[in-house]
Amino acid sequence: MKKKIFYSIIIFLISFKLHSLEVTLTQGTIKPTPIAVTNFYSKDDKEVKIGKNISMVISDNLERSGLFKPIEKKAFIQDEESLSNQPRFEDWKIIKAQHLIAGKIYKKNEKISVEFRLYDVFSQKQLLGKKYETSEKNWRRVSHIISDAIFERITGEGGYFDTRVVYVAETGPKESKQKRLAIMDQDQANHRFLTDGSYLVLTPRFSPNSQKITYMSYMTRNSPRVYIFDIETGHQEIVGEFPGMTFAPRFSPDGKKIIMSYADPDVGNSEIYILDLVTRISSRITNSSAIDVSASFSPDGKKIVFNSDRSGRRHLYVAESDGKNLKRISRERGSYYTPVWSPRGDMIAFTKQEGGQFYIGVMETDGSNERMIAKSFHVEGPTWAPNGRYLLYFKEERTAEDGSGGESSLYSIDLTGYNERKIITPLGGSDPAWSPLMH
Amino acid sequence: MFHKILYTFFLILFVSACSTTSKDTADSSGSGSSGVFNSTSTTSEEETAADSGGIEPGSQEDLIVNVGDRVFFGYDSAELDSDAKELLQAQAAWLKQHNKASITIEGHCDERGTREYNLALGERRAQAVKNYLNGLGVGVSSMSTISYGKERPAVVGSNDDAWSQNRRSVTKVN
Repeated sequence: MKKKIFYSIIIFLISFKLHSLEVTLTQGTIKPTPIAVTNFYSKDDKEVKIGKNISMVISDNLERSGLFKPIEKKAFIQDEESLSNQPRFEDWKIIKAQHLIAGKIYKKNEKISVEFRLYDVFSQKQLLGKKYETSEKNWRRVSHIISDAIFERITGEGGYFDTRVVYVAETGPKESKQKRLAIMDQDQANHRFLTDGSYLVLTPRFSPNSQKITYMSYMTRNSPRVYIFDIETGHQEIVGEFPGMTFAPRFSPDGKKIIMSYADPDVGNSEIYILDLVTRISSRITNSSAIDVSASFSPDGKKIVFNSDRSGRRHLYVAESDGKNLKRISRERGSYYTPVWSPRGDMIAFTKQEGGQFYIGVMETDGSNERMIAKSFHVEGPTWAPNGRYLLYFKEERTAEDGSGGESSLYSIDLTGYNERKIITPLGGSDPAWSPLMH
Repeated sequence: MFHKILYTFFLILFVSACSTTSKDTADSSGSGSSGVFNSTSTTSEEETAADSGGIEPGSQEDLIVNVGDRVFFGYDSAELDSDAKELLQAQAAWLKQHNKASITIEGHCDERGTREYNLALGERRAQAVKNYLNGLGVGVSSMSTISYGKERPAVVGSNDDAWSQNRRSVTKVN
């Protein structure tokens, strides 16, 4: 008898161990590559300043990726003018730079011409050289485009620096939070608010050309609906004519459709619909008495993944985009939410809840190889960088009884669970969405 | 005869619902975690004591003080328990008494769920209340629903007590 109890305790301990989720770092510690990012050279004083700024933006981008370690500029031996003619590789070897970035700026009438070269210091070879002509005020955009070119050449992965982030900026006490749509470059520059906070806004997402945002808003009193917001003009329109709440919208990869949930006011149950923005015809995709929400298209537009409690628990399901061939893909314990298909098509990121904790996880599209990459009291809403290698999500702290705490902030993380960083925003932040590449 | 029985039945329900309400109010005051909520209910009680004639019949205040405007739900559930049903029976009686009243039923959730799922769950809760009231004879056309998901908690705090008070429906007189 005693033995039996002893065994059951052991079994209990083992199963407990097995079921506690761990955040796994699949690559261990990545050693960032030392890189020398020099100030872009110019003869003109005004352009000298731009040359410094371009270098700074590129250096910060590469550092944030977690794959590069920019070397401090005061360690540089060769000056920019001499470097603009020919690099002395010995000077860069001494300071252990593996890669070297040099650049030049010329003034050309009203425009500037920005030229850069990427060198491999040890093989003493130029890996890449490009030139861009643009107006001076576009120097930041050019810096991101150059960063992408460098990142792509060295890592073999797609770039992701010339992108923007739309999110919900939050202020005020938890029971009456003011929420505003806000947009910024991925490095937090050019931050601006798109709505004034007089109504609640939730879950913004970019169109494939990054010109529009679909989101859910309580703009019309007592009628929360999905809207499309034109970033350029500020014009807004309701998506479809539904007599009840529409929510959880996302664009299709071709930008011609919106997939979202609709709660029929006579039934109160949420089903997934696709609205064709050209024909204005809506089609119902799911048909069950369960909650069906948070749908996301695969990058080829042929499949969808969504969240449903039809099994009695909240799980993830994949189907054809017309709802046929439905399959549950999540297999483990806990509740699954907000699945998002990776732009590369090979993975699905999601929010998971288990044992009083929330996680950001990734799995393959058939549900295999589930892995947790971030964990907290509350994390939610992953969104992919266009290269499918980085994610943004938001984290909310616990709220104390006196109302303190409860801050919500944006975070970025590498797909492997490495390099988690807080994104500094002027106010609190939630519901981030990463844009596709702008170039 | 039948009508008389029905009337008595509702009267009994109405009285018992009132006692439920005061219990609920005491519960929420006991938590001490929401300044707004506390001060509202305290003020209402004082007003009732001092001048019960100050409340306009059929108003939101009347509903809060004399019936109760909200019912509570279990975690990830839109099921109405016996307490909720009892209070909704009183709401139905009150609504019929003031048959001019049209209402909006708000559905709310606690913070433990995603924004999108909770919008759906809040709608489901509001609908459960609407259906139950409709079964008691309240016309569908006088009722509308709205979900706030986890966006508008009644009580702040990441603890069981706050969560149980935030999983609610609130009946609002339009």
